[in-house]
Amino acid sequence: MGENLVLTESTYYILLSLYTPQHGYGIMQQAQQLSGGRVRLAPGTLYGALSALCDKGWIKPLPLSRESRKKEYQLTSQGLLVLKQELARLRQLVENGEAILKEEQV
Amino acid sequence: MNEHKKIFRWFWVWNFDKEEQWLNSMAQEGWALNHVGLFLYDFVPCAPGEYTIRLEMRNPAPEYLELMAESGAEYVGRFTQWLYFRKRADQGEFDLYSDLDSRMTHLQKVGRLLVLIGCLNLCIGLINTLNTFSFGWINLALASVLFYGLGRIHGKMDALKEKRLLIE
Repeated sequence: MGENLVLTESTYYILLSLYTPQHGYGIMQQAQQLSGGRVRLAPGTLYGALSALCDKGWIKPLPLSRESRKKEYQLTSQGLLVLKQELARLRQLVENGEAILKEEQV
Repeated sequence: MNEHKKIFRWFWVWNFDKEEQWLNSMAQEGWALNHVGLFLYDFVPCAPGEYTIRLEMRNPAPEYLELMAESGAEYVGRFTQWLYFRKRADQGEFDLYSDLDSRMTHLQKVGRLLVLIGCLNLCIGLINTLNTFSFGWINLALASVLFYGLGRIHGKMDALKEKRLLIE
C-alpha cells in the first residue's frame, strides 16, 4: 500500500458491504441496493474478488457458526484503511468536478 | 412426454463464446440445455427464450455453486473444467462477470490451459519425431492448433484491454 490505489467499483462496493459481516449473496444484494440497482455484481466476478481480497488481507472469512451455514466475510482493519483512503480520493474527484462544472447545473 | 433432443457438436475451447451463443439460440428456439457430455448436448423443451445459458471454466467449488443457486441460476452440469448454468429470463439478466477485469482473468485461465496442453504436445511430438516414431506429427499438429487457439484468446484479451484504457 502507500502508492496511489484506485479501487474498481466492484471492489469498492464489496468492501463497503463487508463493513458488517455478510455472505456472498448478501454482498450482491447490498451492492445493488446501495447503488439504486445500478451495480450488479455477477457471481463469477464476486467470487473471484472475494478470494483475491482475502489473499490481500483486506477481508477475512469468519469461522462458520451454527446459525448460518454459509461462509461470511468481514472487512479487516487493513481493508478499512484502504476504504477510507479510497473515500478521500473519491471526495476529491467530486469536489474537483463540482468546482469546475459549477456553472453547468450538474 | 419425456422429449429430449441430443446434438453432437464440437467447439474448440477458445470458441466458448460461440458455444454459448449457440446454446442461447437453441433456448430461443425452445430447447433448454439439460445435460452436457463429450461432444454431446442434451436438450429438453422449454418456452422460446425461457432461459439464458452461460458457461465458464472454473472449479465447481460448493460455495460457488451455492452462490449461483442463490442468485437464481441453475447448475446444468459440467464437462471437464467447463461449468454450464442456465437462468430463467424472467429472473433477470444473467452474466457470470460484471467487469472487464474478471473477464480478462477468465480468459487468462483458458490461455494458461492452452499453453500447458500445447507445450505438452509439442514435447511429446518432438520426442516421438526424433525417435522416428511415426505418430509424432499428430502431437505436433495438435500443438499448432492449440497455439493458434492461444492466439485467438490473446486477441480477445487485447480487445478487452483496449476498452479498459478508458473505462472500467
